[in-house]
Amino acid sequence: MRAGLAGDGAAYARLLHELTPFLRGLARSGLSRAGRSVAEAEDIVQDVLIAIHTKRTSWIPSQPLVPWLRAILKHKLIDALRRRGSSGHVDIDEFAEAIPAPSNEPEIATRDVVKLADSLPAGQKAVIRSMFVDGNDTRETAAALSMSEGAVRVALHRGLAGLAKMLRGSV
Amino acid sequence: MKTEDLIAGLARDAKAAGPSLHGRLMIAAAAAATVAFALMMLSIGTRPDLASAMGTVLFGQKLLLVATLAVAALALLRAAARPEADLPKSVLVLPALIFLFGVGHEVATQPAAVFGARLVGNNSALCLVAIPLLATAPLAIFLAALRRGAPQSAMQAGALAGFAAGTIAAFFYGLHCADDSPFFVVTWYTIGVALMSAAGALLGRRMLAW
Repeated sequence: MRAGLAGDGAAYARLLHELTPFLRGLARSGLSRAGRSVAEAEDIVQDVLIAIHTKRTSWIPSQPLVPWLRAILKHKLIDALRRRGSSGHVDIDEFAEAIPAPSNEPEIATRDVVKLADSLPAGQKAVIRSMFVDGNDTRETAAALSMSEGAVRVALHRGLAGLAKMLRGSV
Repeated sequence: MKTEDLIAGLARDAKAAGPSLHGRLMIAAAAAATVAFALMMLSIGTRPDLASAMGTVLFGQKLLLVATLAVAALALLRAAARPEADLPKSVLVLPALIFLFGVGHEVATQPAAVFGARLVGNNSALCLVAIPLLATAPLAIFLAALRRGAPQSAMQAGALAGFAAGTIAAFFYGLHCADDSPFFVVTWYTIGVALMSAAGALLGRRMLAW
């Protein structure tokens, strides 16, 4: 995560990749404890990954990462449960110590982020497509769309915030 | 989209995340104090007898009370801006002790007959208007810094942003106001700061949800 904050993309991707089964396990056990279908777990995982990314400066590098991750997951899980009609009570401590079984099932969310991106404003949509479908980084995206890198980053962050809202089902 | 594709896309944006949230909030606090001080100097200015007031116990305890409250508000805001939200409530002990000292001093040095007059003071109307006016730009600055935050409760973080903005404004307003009695401060300053906290809570709930 420290390397990721400093801008090491490869280390950052590896971190997110390794965290995903842990997040998925927590999301599933949270859903099943609330009596909900675990099919929603991947929506929550993707929402949490976007939140980890956009809120990463709120982690204090001298502190352990896991409590911060759990707090983000808990926030998103409560949010998801509340939105889809349940008390929203999640006692994450009950399952926090259980080691989630690693899962290799197809990791497809019930709602497709790229399809959701279609309803974003055109500029944000173009940036999201370039970075998530065409696989460009921010510099390549800036060149392809004749934008400044700063403008790409702003559009990306607004787009991600919009996507997160749609993943939560509030739009 | 597959989660792996999402991760790959996010990692392409990995470059330099910028200053930490704490760093941003400290910069925001410095900016908020500068703006509130400048606005106060440009509008109402300091009290004419500032130099002689500096030496008095009541003036000193008033400023110390508001300053320690502002520091406490910042500490609470810093914690509330994070998802864990472990609020360090012990920071409120020092301002509470200073307030008790001020009340004790007032009761010991003033006859009970003037308590009411000292509570009402001469500046209550100005106080109620000036604190929210001086605190508006600071609140906007704090809310802007909090957009990178991940508050467990958006409403709580917003309320604390209003509390911090209100206490910073109250500190500079205190350089103008000649009513130094703790009875005045606890009544009118509290109303001004509470208004800002309520405004911050409402704005925070809308702007800081994530």
